[in-house]
Amino acid sequence: MENLTAVLHTARPYPFLFLIPLFPLLGAAVNAFLGKKLQDRYGKRAVHTVAIGAMLAAATMALISFAQLLRLPAHERALLDVTFPMIHIGAFQADMAFLLDPLSGMMALIITLIGTGIHIYSTGYMADEPAYWRFFCYLNLFIFSMLLLVLGDSFIIMFFGWEGVGLCSYLLIGFWYQEKKNATAGMKAFVVNRVGDFGFVTGLFLLFWGLGGAWSATSGDYRHELSGENPIGQVTAKVRPLAELELPEGEGEGHKPHAVELHGTRPVLVGPTVSFRELRNQLAITDGHGHRPLVEGGELTVETHGRTLTSKFEGLAKKTAWGMPLVFLICLCFFIGAAGKSAQLPLYVWLPDAMAGPTPVSALIHAATMVTAGVYMIARLNFLFVLSPGAMTVVATVGALTALFAATIGLFQYDIKKVLAYSTVSQLGFMFIGVGVGAYWAGVFHLLTHACFKACLFLGSGSVIHGMHHLTHHRHEHAHGHGHSHLDPRLEADPLDPQDMRNMGGLASLMPSTRKTYLIACWAIAGFPWAAGFFSKDEILWKAFSNGSTLVPGWLLWAVGLIAATCTSFYMFRSYYLTFHGRAPSEEHQAHVHESPKNITYVLWALAGLCLVIGPLLGFPALLGHFAHLEPLLEQWLEPVTQFASLSLVGERHWHELPLVEGLFMVLSIGVATAGWYAARALYFDLAKSEARLAEWRNQYRRIHSLVFDKYRVDELYQATVITWFRDWANFFAWFDGKIVDGAVNLFGKVSVGVAWLNGAIDHYLVDGAVNLIADGVIAGGQQLRRVQTGRINNYLFAVTAGVVVIVLVAYFA
Amino acid sequence: MTAVLSVGLNHFLVLSALLFAIGLLTVATRRNAVAILMGVELILNAAALNFVAFSNYVEGAVGGQVFAVFIIVMAAAEAAIALAIVLAIFRHFRTIDSNETATLNN
Repeated sequence: MENLTAVLHTARPYPFLFLIPLFPLLGAAVNAFLGKKLQDRYGKRAVHTVAIGAMLAAATMALISFAQLLRLPAHERALLDVTFPMIHIGAFQADMAFLLDPLSGMMALIITLIGTGIHIYSTGYMADEPAYWRFFCYLNLFIFSMLLLVLGDSFIIMFFGWEGVGLCSYLLIGFWYQEKKNATAGMKAFVVNRVGDFGFVTGLFLLFWGLGGAWSATSGDYRHELSGENPIGQVTAKVRPLAELELPEGEGEGHKPHAVELHGTRPVLVGPTVSFRELRNQLAITDGHGHRPLVEGGELTVETHGRTLTSKFEGLAKKTAWGMPLVFLICLCFFIGAAGKSAQLPLYVWLPDAMAGPTPVSALIHAATMVTAGVYMIARLNFLFVLSPGAMTVVATVGALTALFAATIGLFQYDIKKVLAYSTVSQLGFMFIGVGVGAYWAGVFHLLTHACFKACLFLGSGSVIHGMHHLTHHRHEHAHGHGHSHLDPRLEADPLDPQDMRNMGGLASLMPSTRKTYLIACWAIAGFPWAAGFFSKDEILWKAFSNGSTLVPGWLLWAVGLIAATCTSFYMFRSYYLTFHGRAPSEEHQAHVHESPKNITYVLWALAGLCLVIGPLLGFPALLGHFAHLEPLLEQWLEPVTQFASLSLVGERHWHELPLVEGLFMVLSIGVATAGWYAARALYFDLAKSEARLAEWRNQYRRIHSLVFDKYRVDELYQATVITWFRDWANFFAWFDGKIVDGAVNLFGKVSVGVAWLNGAIDHYLVDGAVNLIADGVIAGGQQLRRVQTGRINNYLFAVTAGVVVIVLVAYFA
Repeated sequence: MTAVLSVGLNHFLVLSALLFAIGLLTVATRRNAVAILMGVELILNAAALNFVAFSNYVEGAVGGQVFAVFIIVMAAAEAAIALAIVLAIFRHFRTIDSNETATLNN
C-alpha cells in the first residue's frame, strides 16, 4: 500500500457568510424600489442612511467572520457556507456557496471597508446630484456583486459576481447618461469586457472538460464517464455516490458523485468540479514517490472497505488540446478574462474612458476593487497556473508590458483622472508581474496597497475636481460666447474643464487636507520608504528578478518594471505639482476654490493613514525582518492559499541566500523613485521657470510627444482594424437579415396570403354556396306549399274525403 | 218474391250510405255553421242506423243498440256545445260563415 499524502484544504461550516453580500443586496433593493420615494419624502439623508447602513452591516459581518478565521489554526483557515444547492446536473454540481479563506477574507475586508469609506465620501461628492438614490443603489449593487465574486466557492458564483460587477461598472460609467460621451464610455467598457468574459467562460469549459466532465444526466454512478480516454481519473470499481462515505465535519458540503479515499486521511473528491477547493485538493494528491498522479498522470492504489483498488490517471498537465498543453490553454483563457476585467494589454482601452463616471466610482470600481478581480482570480487559481510555466510567462510578460506602456502614456496627460487611470492600468500590470512570476502574495499585497493609495488618489482628485467645479461653473456663467473648439488640447487647456491640470496650480494653500493626503498617496505609489507601495512594488520587482519559473528571464521583467516604476514616480509627482503647486493661485482661484467638506476630507485622511500603516504592518520585507527572523505578515497569512504553488515552483532562488543583492535592489528602487520625483519637481514645481523649456522640448520632440499624448493611437488602431472589420461584418449581416432573411419571411408571408385568399374563395363560393342553395330550396318549397293551407274547413274536408276514398280504393284493389 | 218485399240488411245499409253521403256533402259544401252541424247530425245518424241494423242481424247482441243510444246522447251534447260555439262565433264575428271566420289563416 502506497503512502498517499495531500495537504488538503478543508473548510469549516459557518452558515453566516451569506449575510456579507446579502446586506448590500438589500440596500440596493431598498434604494431601487423605494429610493425615489425616500428621497422625495425624507431627503437624501434617508437614501444614504440605507446605503451606508447596508455597508456598515456588511463590513461588521465581514469583520466578525474574519475574526472567526483568525481563531483557527493557520492551515484550517477556511469557512464555508453552502446557502442553498443551485445546479445539480450529472457531474456538474454548483451550489450557492461562499468560502472565506485568507485570500477572500482579505478581499472582503478591502471591499467592505474601502467601500464604506467611498460611500461616505459620495455623500459629499454627489450632494448636488438629483438621481442620488440611483447612484447609491448602483454602488450597493456593485459591492454585492464584488463580494459574490471574491467569496464565491466555485467558478460559477465567481462568474455571477464577475458579470455583476461588469454590469454595475457599465451603469456607473454611464451614470450621467444624458451626455453621449459617458454613455459610449459605458458601452465601450461593457463590450471590451465581453471579450474577456468569453475567455473566462472558455477557460472554464476547457477545465471542466479536461477534468473528465461530460454532459450526461445519467444517475447513479459515473463509471462510464470515468473509464476510457477522456477523463483524467479512472477509478476502477471505485465510483460511488459520496453519500456512502463517512466524511469528517465540514467536508460533506461539496456533494460530488465520486471520491477517492486516501489512505488514512480524508477522502478527496476526484473528477469534474467547479469548486476551487475540490479542484485544488485533487491536484494535491501525492503518491509514495512524490508524484502527483492527477497532475502528472500515473496510478493510484487505494484501500477502502477492505478492498484494494487501483486507479489510473492521465494527468491534467499531460493532456493536450489542438496540439497545445491543455493547462496552458485553460490558463490562457482565464488570463484573457483577467486581462479584460483588469485592463491589461490589449484590452485596457476601456479603463481610461471609464473615467467618465463619477469620481467615487473611479476610486471604488476602477481602482480599488473591480479592476483587481483579474489579479484575485489568478491568485485564487495559483494551483492551476503553476502547472503551466508558459501561461505564467504570458501573465508576467503582459503585466510588465502593460506596466511600462500605460506608465509612458501617463507621462503627458493633462486630465488628472486620465493620469490616475493610466497609473491604475500600469499598477495592475505590476500586480500581474507578481502573480505571473509565482509571487502570489506579493501581487495580492500590491493589490491591497494599491487599493488604499489609488482610492486615496482618486478621491483626492475628486476633491480637487469638486473644488474646481465651482470655478469652471463661475467661468461658464461669465463666458462671453467665444467657443474653444479650435483649441489644440496638446497646447492649451479648455478653461471650462474642471479636470484639466493646467487650469489648476497652486491649490496647496486652498485645499490643505486634499494636498497632504494626495502627497502621502503619491509617496505610497512612487515607492518611497515606509509608504505602502515601497513594500509591495519592491517585493514584486525582487521576485520578478529572482524567479526561475518564467520562460522570459527574470532580469528582463525586472528591468521593464523598474523603468515603469521610474515613470510612475515621475507622472504622479508631476500631477501633484501641477495641481497643488506650479504657480501661485490666481484671484479667481482664491475666490471660488475651497477645501471640500468634512465627509470628504475625513475619508481622505483615513485612506492616507492606511497608506502609511499597512505597508510596514503587513509586508515588512523579508530582508529587513531577516535579522529578527520575521516573515512578512501577509505572506504568512496567505501561505495556506498559495502553498500549493510554492511547493510546485521549482528553480526559485531563496531570498535569504541573497540578502545583499536584495538590499541593493531595494536601494535601486528607492533611487529610481527619487529620480522620478526629482525630475517632476524640477520641471513642474515652478512653472514660471520651466515653462519655456517644456515648450521647447515639446516642440523639439513633437512627433513623439503627439504619439504618446494620443495614447499611442491604440483606440484609432482598434477603430481602423477590429472595429471597422466588425462593423463591416455587422453591416453585411444587417443587410443579409434585412434583405435575404426578411425577404424570405416576407415571401413566405405573401404565399400564405395567396393560399389563404384561395381558401377563402372556396369556402365562400363552394361550401357556403351549397349550404345556401339548400336553404333557398327549402324556402321556395315552403312558399309553394303554404298555398295548400287555405284555412277553409271545406277544403280540408274534401282532402280528408279524398284521402279516405283513395285508401278505400287502394285497400279494395290491392 | 218475399225477398223483394221484405226489408233486409241491404236496405238499411243503402239508406245509411245515402244519409252519410248527404251529410258529408252538406258539411263539405255549406258555409253556414248551422248547416254544417246539420250535416254532421246526418252523418251521426247514418252511423247510428248502421249499428242498429247490424245489431238486429246478430244473435243476442245488444252492443249496436247501446252504441246507437250513446251516439244519440253524444249528438245531443255535441249539438249543445256546437251551437254554443256558433253563438260565440256569431257574437265575435257577426257572421257564421265558415270562410269569414278563418282568421288563423295567414
